[in-house]
Amino acid sequence: MNVELRHIHKWFGSVHANDDVSLRVRAGSIHGLLGENGAGKSTLAKILSGYITRDSGEILLDGNPVDIRTPTDAIRAGIGMLHQDPLDFPPLTVLENFMLGQAGKTLWLDHRSARRAFLALAARFQFDLNPDAHVSELTVGERQQLEMVRLLALGTRVLILDEPTTGISAEQKMLLFAALRQLAAEGKAIIFVSHKLEDVEALCDEVTVLRHGRVVGTVSLPCPAETLVAMMFGKVLVEPAKPHTARDAVALELHNVAIRTELFDLHVPHLAVHRGEVIGLAGLEGSGQQAFLEACAGVGRLAHGTLRINGQDLTHRPYRDYLAAGVCYVPADRLRDGLIAGLTIREHVALRAPRGFFINHAYTAQLAEEAIRAFNIRGTPDSRVERLSGGNQQRTQLALMPSPLSVLLMEHPTRGLDIESTLWVWQQLIARCQQGTAIVFASSDLDEILRYSDRVLVFSGGRISPPLSTTTLTVDQLGHMIGGKF
Amino acid sequence: MSGEQILVVLATAIASATPLVFAVIGETLSERAGVINLSAEGTIMFCAMVGFAAALASGSVWLGFLAAAAVGALIALIVAFNAITLRQSQIAVGFVLALLFSDLSSFLGVPIVRIPGPTVPAMPLPLLSELPIVGRLLFSSDVVVYASYVLIAITWLFFYRTRAGLMLRAIGEQPNAAFARGADVIRLRYLYTLIGGALMGIAGAAFSLDFKAGWSFRHTGGYGWIALAIVIFGGWNPLRAAFGAYLFGVLQSLASVAQDQFQGVPTQVLNVAPFALMILFLVLTSAGWLDRLLVRAPASVRRRVLQTLRTAPPAALGKPFVQD
Amino acid sequence: MAAIPALRESAFATAHRVGALVAALVLLVALVLLVGESPLAVFGALLNGAFGTWDQVGRVVNTLTVLLLCSAGLVFTFNAGLYNLGVEGQVTVGAIATTFVLRLVGEMLPGPLAITLSLVAGALGGVSWGLVAGALKVYGRVSEIFAGLGLNFIAQGAAIYLVFGPWKRPGVASTSGTEPFGEHLWLGTFGRTEATPVGVALALIGLLFTILIMQRTYFGLRLRAVGHNPRAADILGVSSARHLLSAFALCGVFAGVAGALQVVGNYHRLTPTISGGLGFLGLLVVMLAGFNALFVLPIAFFFSALNVGSLQLPLVLQRVDSSLSGVIQGVLVLAALMGRGLAQRRAGGSA
Repeated sequence: MNVELRHIHKWFGSVHANDDVSLRVRAGSIHGLLGENGAGKSTLAKILSGYITRDSGEILLDGNPVDIRTPTDAIRAGIGMLHQDPLDFPPLTVLENFMLGQAGKTLWLDHRSARRAFLALAARFQFDLNPDAHVSELTVGERQQLEMVRLLALGTRVLILDEPTTGISAEQKMLLFAALRQLAAEGKAIIFVSHKLEDVEALCDEVTVLRHGRVVGTVSLPCPAETLVAMMFGKVLVEPAKPHTARDAVALELHNVAIRTELFDLHVPHLAVHRGEVIGLAGLEGSGQQAFLEACAGVGRLAHGTLRINGQDLTHRPYRDYLAAGVCYVPADRLRDGLIAGLTIREHVALRAPRGFFINHAYTAQLAEEAIRAFNIRGTPDSRVERLSGGNQQRTQLALMPSPLSVLLMEHPTRGLDIESTLWVWQQLIARCQQGTAIVFASSDLDEILRYSDRVLVFSGGRISPPLSTTTLTVDQLGHMIGGKF
Repeated sequence: MSGEQILVVLATAIASATPLVFAVIGETLSERAGVINLSAEGTIMFCAMVGFAAALASGSVWLGFLAAAAVGALIALIVAFNAITLRQSQIAVGFVLALLFSDLSSFLGVPIVRIPGPTVPAMPLPLLSELPIVGRLLFSSDVVVYASYVLIAITWLFFYRTRAGLMLRAIGEQPNAAFARGADVIRLRYLYTLIGGALMGIAGAAFSLDFKAGWSFRHTGGYGWIALAIVIFGGWNPLRAAFGAYLFGVLQSLASVAQDQFQGVPTQVLNVAPFALMILFLVLTSAGWLDRLLVRAPASVRRRVLQTLRTAPPAALGKPFVQD
Repeated sequence: MAAIPALRESAFATAHRVGALVAALVLLVALVLLVGESPLAVFGALLNGAFGTWDQVGRVVNTLTVLLLCSAGLVFTFNAGLYNLGVEGQVTVGAIATTFVLRLVGEMLPGPLAITLSLVAGALGGVSWGLVAGALKVYGRVSEIFAGLGLNFIAQGAAIYLVFGPWKRPGVASTSGTEPFGEHLWLGTFGRTEATPVGVALALIGLLFTILIMQRTYFGLRLRAVGHNPRAADILGVSSARHLLSAFALCGVFAGVAGALQVVGNYHRLTPTISGGLGFLGLLVVMLAGFNALFVLPIAFFFSALNVGSLQLPLVLQRVDSSLSGVIQGVLVLAALMGRGLAQRRAGGSA
């Protein structure tokens, strides 16, 4: 089915997320939608799948205008979307997830025929999924496979995938790409949303580049990478370079450590992170990186082993001792774990730097003003954090980090940020390193890991690799290790 | 205790648990859809009054049940509007309604306090009631009691064997994902909250027109709170919730037997005891302690034990659905 | 840019607050008409019942002191994100502890000393019951709502047991309570009314303390942080466990003292329903105040007047039950909640 979008507009408050976007996707082709974070790609994809409603503009399928306002409209028109965070039901089984939302003639669930249909479809794409497993036990890649099978069973003829290669292993990516090529060959239209140039180049027939909510242009592939980069960013951005660090003293040391998670026990025989060093944690999401960071931060517990910060044994000590030793943990989900929705920037600053019993409002306001200026936050001391943009929330988190800082533990430091904020965040982090802070961070962006880390730990299948130097490591090698091949 | 005594205790338990069964199934439906209807205490009390008044006025117990169901749904509508449309705290609204409708039942019910009125006629089922023990226990009562059996079975079938039931479980778990699959989350949540409220209304009428036969001030005091506790105890599963209701019934009828046995203990204490015990039971079986106990166990064992014992609430329980 | 939505929000909020109040009044008038009584007559009877004589004013003040203490305590738990439905039980246990001490030392020690000791005992009783709910919440992960309800049932059971069992009146036990204490164990009063200066002082100090803590101190800020997001607060170095327990303990102190006042200032004995529902009413007061301690005083005063005023209703107007006070309070809080929700919806409609 051919898809055409004409003059799509979408506003979120004062943000013009899609500004007069027009696009054509041929049946039987894979069409890339490329742009940095915040360019409006996901918004466009969600509009086409009815998940959000456009403000104006037209959608045409095979030349006929269709009015898509809800997911039901889209499903009926044969459009299906694979969301970036899998929209499924972790406590239910794979088969129940597959059946949910499928049309049926009777009131009753037909487990037997659903199982047959599911296994047949999964086999077509070499997806190895157990219909009786609970979705909570699956990896992100497997959950994607389940969603794809489900969408195809719905009779989807236009398949939209939003950043599908984030957080999956190299094998799963190969399997995914093979499946997409097969589907395109069958005449389906595939829309592949991504901010990763290599993926788009490897897979797509055509690519449309978005920037700041507008279409920059559409080109056929192959085409020179520099052209696409120029279209994506408009200007050449200088990435901050990570200077080599002198490995003098050890900031964080783990010895014979075990960490318990819901699913498995992680072991680290020995790890010493030096002052000024950056350690990247690679792996599929949910492979234990969060538990590892929390244990190092003193938020979680070690099952056994010892943990030293600057030579001081902090094993099983309360969290406040870690804070006193200069450890700081910055979680991924800013509004769930990192900041407190409902409180203002000033109140956050006050929480971090209490002085006396009574609050001196002038003093805390002054502290907040300083933080806002130093970290370039768009907001006032009395702005509530939940009303800030993602980038400004991350800046606020960085502003809340204490100084001096021995060990910084971060999860997805740049997730959801646009390229400028990303670079700015890393400038700050590198500046911290130069002052002697050791950084351990988890990311699902392998480029980010390779670019900024001195050494990498790979998390896979309940195990942690020994530390690997990034001087010789490539993205491909990392991808395979994430799949479980140490 | 003799066999005969046990039989009496169990028969009383089933009779006293019947209104609760309607209430816990109603609340389970509502909470599975993601809406906590904390007004249960007020809804049951008020609908007991309304049901009795309507039956008295019309001369028909069935019209009484109908009126109670309608009013129960109406109160649930207030909860639903605040929770779903206005996205306010479901706890706050429910709690206010619980107090408000308890008082309103006294305020409006003055004229019908302790007046004799119609009750549901007994109707032993032919053949089935002749069965030894089971016949006397289960099949020698009235239509309302039989209806509660049917309700339990139907609700279970609906939850785990039908498409709509699967979608109900989905909207309380991940409403965004359900929406992406074409569910009208808002409408479904309204629907199940209203049905749940109607069932709670029926629970009230089952008190005043059947189990307790009549109405007076604060006649059903405490039952709403217990119903809410039983839903948690039942892990949002209709069978287990019904089991919880019967367990409470057994506790209550044991307490009334105990009045003859322990003369020293004031009867008032025995009346309160089942409520306290039931909630104590809930506290002791909830998951917190378990985690601590299992922390030293290996991962595989820990996981299996928790999966069978822990009954996690619907993930989106109490949270408004915001389409992004 | 930020000023305009804020302005719109406050304009909507005012409009909806007034609208909600009007709607609530219309509904209440309709309810009174429904039972066949004149709203004016009911209003007059309420006013007369609350303020007709100095005696009645004294009773309003006494109710107010207890209600203020409960409400002030609940400001802490509400701000810590807790629905402390266990407050009723905390009042009851406070009253039981007070009675226990008075029975123990009342005849041995001079009155003022015995009363002081009994007030301390009341506070300790309240704290202990609050901390049980707190421990269940923090260490057992049991919802404070159900832990609280269960503890209420237990506390009430204990009060009933004591009144009808070990502490029963000589002769026959009755629902009116234990044998009244001698007058030397009563709190002094304003003139011949029942209102007690000590009670008023305790309530006002308690309320001022609450306002000061919540608005001016780091502790108050940390409580709010935990209330909004306990996990993030933990990561920022604010221990949620310690602050939740503190909130329960503080509320327990206030509720326990409230229970003690019921014994030494109001009833002069232990009754089976010693809390008189004032704990739950405190929850309504704080909800209507929007968790803000500043608004607690006027609302609590109004609610106390309603409670006392309505007691006489059935005597004056046959068709009107005293539960009208609860109906009025409930309708007002419900209207306020809905008004707030509607205002937010209108203001946030576009964003």
